[in-house]
This record gives sequence, structure tokens and C-alpha cells, in this order.
Amino acid sequence: MTSIGTIFQREINAYFLSPVAYVIIAVFTVFSGYFFSIMLGITQESTLRYSLAYTQFILSILTPVITMRLLAEENKTGTIEPLMTAPVTDFEVVFGKFLSAWALYNIMIAPTALYIIFLAWVGSPDYGAIIASYIGLILMGGLFISIGLLVSAVTKNQIVAAVIGIVALLILLVIGLASSGNEGWFYNALKYIGTYDHWDTFTKGIVDTRDVIYYVSFTALLIFIVVRIVESRRWR
Amino acid sequence: MIKVDHLAKRYADVYAVDDISFEVNQGEILGLLGPNGAGKTTTMRILTCYMPATSGTATVAGYDVFRDSINVRKQIGYLPENVPLYPEMRVKEYLSFRAKLKKLPYRERKTKIDECLEKCRITDVQNQIIGTLSKGYRQRVGLADTLVHDPKILILDEPTIGLDPNQIRQVRQLIKELGEKHTILLSTHILPEVEMICGRVIIINKGKIVAMDTPSNLATQLRSGNNIMIEVRGNGEKIKNSLSAIKGVKKVVWHDRGELNNFTIEAERGMDIREDVFANIVKNNGIIREMKQASITLEEIFHQITMQEQEVTI
Repeated sequence: MTSIGTIFQREINAYFLSPVAYVIIAVFTVFSGYFFSIMLGITQESTLRYSLAYTQFILSILTPVITMRLLAEENKTGTIEPLMTAPVTDFEVVFGKFLSAWALYNIMIAPTALYIIFLAWVGSPDYGAIIASYIGLILMGGLFISIGLLVSAVTKNQIVAAVIGIVALLILLVIGLASSGNEGWFYNALKYIGTYDHWDTFTKGIVDTRDVIYYVSFTALLIFIVVRIVESRRWR
Repeated sequence: MIKVDHLAKRYADVYAVDDISFEVNQGEILGLLGPNGAGKTTTMRILTCYMPATSGTATVAGYDVFRDSINVRKQIGYLPENVPLYPEMRVKEYLSFRAKLKKLPYRERKTKIDECLEKCRITDVQNQIIGTLSKGYRQRVGLADTLVHDPKILILDEPTIGLDPNQIRQVRQLIKELGEKHTILLSTHILPEVEMICGRVIIINKGKIVAMDTPSNLATQLRSGNNIMIEVRGNGEKIKNSLSAIKGVKKVVWHDRGELNNFTIEAERGMDIREDVFANIVKNNGIIREMKQASITLEEIFHQITMQEQEVTI
């Protein structure tokens, strides 16, 4: 199990040794700040709910950029070979990489804490709702990263990994948005698969076990699939 | 230390490795020699647990490569072809990462890394970023990585490819030194390399083992004819005729250089005709200035073996 930590540490270092981490954090901060100020101006409410709704859109585009290099780069440069011939299990490699991307994701959203300070200054925000939103944001990040990791595992090309990841996340967002407010088994199924509804509950300040289970189980399933994909070179 | 038993690996319809068996004994340097695409890398990847075999078994240090892969991986140091490294890391940082990955205890790590840096002569670049290093240095960083957990077995895939002659010499020297403490399996398609560092050679072609022996034994075994080269002062015409008459001589090639004559005499396999040649030349009033037996190099053997194979298949 110590190898997870070793892989995690290397991956985090790799993010911050390249411009990737800084660019992503800067882009996210600019856009989330923009949406925060716009929504605050329109609604005049001291809440994060409306600006976070837009945040999901930015995250759908930025998270695949975080994850694109994780396995695609190793596949391309061949470093996967020394890595996998070291005494580490496939799970340790995949999970270490997952955790490092998740950590970067959390570092990326950390500056939004400043908005809370600002809200507290101009009004009286509902802290419970804000905490619930952050729990949702972090859980959603895990899901987004596992999707990006999956795409990165099946290709050698980082750009392809990013583009497919973005498309997949936007589809998940869109099917949730489009079916929201509609009834019937078909829409209910889409609502369940899509990320929007689950995310919306958190921003309202409700931590529903169903939504937590949705994110956690979906993430776990995807990580399991990625481990299988990494392992699959052993069958080919 | 390594035991390979009827190993085969199939890609779609093509056998990359086709039913090979061999053993590597403790403390031995075994060379896997073959043209590109012969199945050397595939064999090594199976032995290092990177990919499984289609059929057959292999054990490394007593552990099965498929069932006991983690234990196998603890025993080996593997240098893949072209030495893939993380370009953004520094040399020492990379080795420290690899040492941790290979579960080297914290207390030993620092001394072990320094020792490897020293052994591979990369102490002076230890704080340099790997991406800025030359090919020769990268190769040595890769070698240092294979040594860092002090494995019993080293598996080196084309360790000298893409290096300049000086670097090749250094790397070979290093491998030779390492051979004193480790069991080494290395692959190459460069013949002099095998002659210089390997105790035993396996020649592999199209996934099959075509020959396996010590380099010098291979040379004697496969000597199809033995050639004698002589330089003689005297009447060339007369000497040529008398040489051709010696029993066992297949062919005499004569280069007339006026006073001096050069002959290349091809004798039948296993016949030593040198004394007869001497007596004949003396009889014809010739003076021998030089006589030597042309020994066949591994290069010729390699060429012969791989060519024979091709002729059969065509």
C-alpha cells in the first residue's frame, strides 16, 4: 500500500513541475470568479448556489485536462514499462494517479473559499448549504477524474484523451440538464445517470445518501474498469 | 536463476516467440542475439512480467512469472529498450522514486542511491533534469535504476543501442563489472558485444532458438571450411599447382604480386593441411613469409545461421 503514496507523490510533483497545474488553476479561478461576480450582481443573494451551477460547466472542461496525461503519457513515452515491471500492483498505480489528480482538483477549487469570506462580509450566507456544496463539489471531482483517467488509459495521445473526456463529461451534464423537470421512467433514468440533478441537491444544501452513493459507486466502478484496462495488456 | 520452458507468445497469427527453452545459471552473463524482430524484447517482457506468454512457463529465481509476478519483479532489475525515463525529474529524484517503488527500506535508500550513482558514473549529473541529459547519461541512469534495489538478476534490453563508441565501451565495461555480482541476461544485435561480454550466447531468429553455446564453441562448431592465408616469395604458377594437388584442398586463390604471391587456401572441414602446405612450398623453392589460419568471427556465424534459415523458408 505504500506504493500508492509513492506514485501519488511523483504525480503531484509532475503536475507542479510542468505548467499544467498553474495554467489550470489560473483558468479556473478566472472563470469561477467571473461567474461568481455576475451571479451575485443578478441575484443579489449571498449564496454560492447559482455561480456553482456554472462551475460544473467549467469543471467539465478543465478536469479532463488534469487527467489527460496520467496514463496516456506513460503509454506514449514507454515509461509504463519500467513502472509496471517494478513490484507494484496495477491498482496501486491507478489509485495513486487518481488521488494525485483529485488532490490537484481540490487545490484548484480551494481559492473559491475567498468568495465565502466575501459573502460573509456583504451578507449572511447559509454555511450549511455552502459546506454541502463543497462536499458535492469534491465528490463530483472524483467522478470527473475517474472518467478522465479511463479515457487516458485507452489512448497514447493526450489531446485525444482530453477531447474525449470533455465530450463525455459534457454529455453527462447535458443529459441531466435536458431531462431535469421531466417525468417518466426514461427521463428518470437519464436524470439518474446525468450529473446535474445529483449536483443540484448538494448546492441546495442537502447531503442525500442517494447522491453520495451515486458519485462514490460510479467513481469506484470506473477505477475498477481502469485497473482492468491497465491489466488487459497482460491478456493481449 | 532463470528457467524458460517451451515459451511461446503469439500476436494475432504471428508467433513472436515460438517454443523456446533455455536456462540462465547463477553468475552467468547470457547474451540473446538476433536480428531485429527476432523475439528478444518479447522474451524479456515475458520474463519481467510485463506481458504473459501464450503458452509455456518461465521461472525467475524460483518464482513463476505469471503466478508470482510481484516476487519475480522484486528479484529483477530491468532496463527496457530505449530506456524510458520521466524527463521532468532530476536524476537523484528519479532514483529515489524508483527505490521507493522497489520497496527499499528508508535507511538504506540514501547510501544505495549514492552507490549506484557512483557505480554508473553519474554522480556529477545527479541534480540535473533527466530531459536535458545526453543519450549516454540517460542509459546510465537507466542502469542505475536497475541496480538500485540490488537485484539478483539484471535483464538488459539492448543496453548499448544508440550510444557513441566511447559510451558503448564504458557501458560494456560496466556490464562486465556488474556480471561479477549479478546474473545477467542481455539482448543485442551487435556481435562483437556478445563476444566481449557474454559467457554464453543464444542466437534467436524468428522466435526460435537456432544456436546456443559459448561464443568460441560456436565459432569452432560452425566453421564450415578452414581457410589458410599465406604469403610466399617464389614462382607463383608452380606453387599454385602443387598446392592444388595437396589432399584435402578444395580451392586455391592466387593473387600474383610479382615477386610475392598471396594464396588463400580453402581446405575441407576438419583437415589440418598446414604442414603439407609448408613442405610443398619448400619443395618448389618458395619462401614462406607469412602463414595464418583465418578464424571465423561470430559475425559470420550469425550471418550464416540467419541466412540459412531464410534460405530454408524461401
